[in-house]
Amino acid sequence: MTEVKDAAARDAAKKLETYEWGFSSDIEQDFAPKGLSEETVRFISAKKNEPQWMLDWRLKAFALWQTMESPDWAKLDIAPIDYQDAYYYAAPKPRKELASLDEVDPEILRVYEKLGIPIAEQEVLAGVAGSRKVAVDAVFDSVSVATTFRKELEEAGVIFRSISEAVREFPDLVRKYLGKVVPMHDNYFATLNCAVFSDGTFVYIPEGVRCPMELSTYFRINAENTGQFERTLIVADKGSYVSYLEGCTAPMRDENQLHAAVVELVALDDAEIKYSTVQNWYPGDADGKGGIYNFVTKRALCQGRNSKVSWTQVETGSAITWKYPSCVLSGENSVGEFYSVAVTNNRQQADTGTKMIHLGKGSRSTIVSKGISAGRSNNTYRGLVRVAANAEGVRNFTQCDSLLLGSECGAHTVPYIEVKNPSATIEHEATTSKISDDQLFYAMQRGLGQEEAVALIVNGFAKEVLQQLPMEFAVEAQKLLGISLEGSVG
Amino acid sequence: MLQITNLSNTVADKPILKGLSLTIQPGEIHAIMGPNGAGKSTLAYTLGGRPGYEVTGGTVTFQSNSVRPELVEGLSFSGDKREEKDGASTGSARTDVGAIDLLALDPHERAAAGLFLGFQYPVEIPGVSNLQFLRESLNSQRKARGEAPLSGGEFIKLAKEKAALLGMDMDMLKRPVNVGFSGGEKKRNEMVQMGILDPKLAILDETDSGLDIDALRIVGAGINAIMRKPDKAVLLITHYQRLLDYVKPDFVHVLAGGRIVKSGGPELALELEREGYAEVVAA
Repeated sequence: MTEVKDAAARDAAKKLETYEWGFSSDIEQDFAPKGLSEETVRFISAKKNEPQWMLDWRLKAFALWQTMESPDWAKLDIAPIDYQDAYYYAAPKPRKELASLDEVDPEILRVYEKLGIPIAEQEVLAGVAGSRKVAVDAVFDSVSVATTFRKELEEAGVIFRSISEAVREFPDLVRKYLGKVVPMHDNYFATLNCAVFSDGTFVYIPEGVRCPMELSTYFRINAENTGQFERTLIVADKGSYVSYLEGCTAPMRDENQLHAAVVELVALDDAEIKYSTVQNWYPGDADGKGGIYNFVTKRALCQGRNSKVSWTQVETGSAITWKYPSCVLSGENSVGEFYSVAVTNNRQQADTGTKMIHLGKGSRSTIVSKGISAGRSNNTYRGLVRVAANAEGVRNFTQCDSLLLGSECGAHTVPYIEVKNPSATIEHEATTSKISDDQLFYAMQRGLGQEEAVALIVNGFAKEVLQQLPMEFAVEAQKLLGISLEGSVG
Repeated sequence: MLQITNLSNTVADKPILKGLSLTIQPGEIHAIMGPNGAGKSTLAYTLGGRPGYEVTGGTVTFQSNSVRPELVEGLSFSGDKREEKDGASTGSARTDVGAIDLLALDPHERAAAGLFLGFQYPVEIPGVSNLQFLRESLNSQRKARGEAPLSGGEFIKLAKEKAALLGMDMDMLKRPVNVGFSGGEKKRNEMVQMGILDPKLAILDETDSGLDIDALRIVGAGINAIMRKPDKAVLLITHYQRLLDYVKPDFVHVLAGGRIVKSGGPELALELEREGYAEVVAA
């Protein structure tokens, strides 16, 4: 598998300043009517055979959303979005129930092969005894077309479903947690997601179970002018553990595409969730034309004692990134972690960070953010560390480092710290540096080409974060950093 | 191996080198000494191809490593013309080429051609281990020369061997490049890098500064072990005679005012040490 990914990355590296994965595949789409109205919401719900409570929930969110306004506090320059000029649902034509990978639309399989992440690799992996397995709930556009390894997961008691299936099959479980971490009224984009979410993933790890494989979902936006509204809900019951990988690529489009996902994580007593993201959506061209608008709400509730959630993200794509994976640390001695690398080049804009809300006694959090700006991009770390009045003995350590390439980009750090309990220990470190001419010349004198030298130095800068990634992602992520910064020096 | 003819340059529009000429043959060790501000480090950086060191006149030709011409952009061979006259083509086969125009190459191409620069102030690269840095560097060079990359195992073996020459352990090679190294460790690390990259010509800019007596002996022995070979050459830039006690130069030059003003054998270094630059330059 690694070989396949390496080859893909090498190929990508050859194509300077072009977006390797900018192709679109031709699959018959089943569109919702263009535009956003109550009818759209009903259409989506009907398409998914949802129960009444789910439709009611969506309609309530839609009504709420109509009263809300798009937030403008981030350091982002966002062109007005015409929500009526987009499709909110696109699904491959339904085929009969899939019994095996053979029945998956070959066109879809081909797209994954182009990406270097063929579903077929699952079978290869499955054939290797003792090797780590990766289950892919393949989200193609909006509908899960294949769910693999379900049987092995079921034997362990793990529920791994598209959220649409979960709504039908496990309504009580979904209802219990959906919208509990990110409430419906949380923010403009989250509310929109509640109304029109198309599909996504539901994971439940039962008490005491260590999920037998890494779970991964590859998102891909494929239909022209189709926003993608993913909804992910992961519940780790007492003493359980799960590692979830999310990786994204998207084809090249001229139109801005809106992506407003919601991810909710719940960790009960002694449970641990590790959530890793590599985001490589189309960033737009060198002049800032096109590219994905990535407005994501990700939040974890560390509800149980000694629960732990670790977010790791490598954000290299999207024209605009608005994303703050956060932890509400309500459990005693719960732990929240946020490791982030955000790269912006050309005209990309990123405003990203985290919130660590300490409610539980003895809760601890670690924030390590590495921002890399090049071209004429803007990269902002925005973070909040809040300690509630009755949360004794809280600890937080924050480190925000910015690396600049060139003189036309911007790096900004906006840390908010609100401490209402005097026993808290809060540390904040921040640095800003440039890749120096000394470093570049030194590396080139040893034989590295300029792009290789930049990639090496940047990977060194981001190492603390990259080493948090599961093996499946680490190599890919390292190459991505180099590829994302091509053409940024000299 | 290296022929510098009438080399002039500017740094930030200020003329530094003013018609410097120097010829180095394979198997030779040359030392360049001279007062502060004479242009010694500028010479090293200019030969290495550092941006900002603008060549305004003169030529530098280099008898390079075997290079596949099509792999090195901008490479022009003085031998090409003759071959064209003969109607022969260099083809894609590896050619042990004649003298190449060093100044036409980018820094990494010069490195691949066999030029190594030992830095006076080695640079720190946080988060990148010595081993990773050197393996990627070496394999980039090998690629440019049309050679197969070294595998992880082959590379570790090579690195161990060269580190041992300089009395460095593997733990040090696993640490980030020069980060937290003492001055002496940085210089030893430069020599380990030289050993691993195995250049044809090493230009060592004040490699002796910051070394205590023991380290000086180790570094001197390292230079001899790695570079004192019939097909290699060294250009030592130094202020002091003491390194030359360990690495015996065949020629000593005095650089002053952007030019070589005096050349001689090893005895010239002793004379400089005894009488100072002012005396010797004036004489």
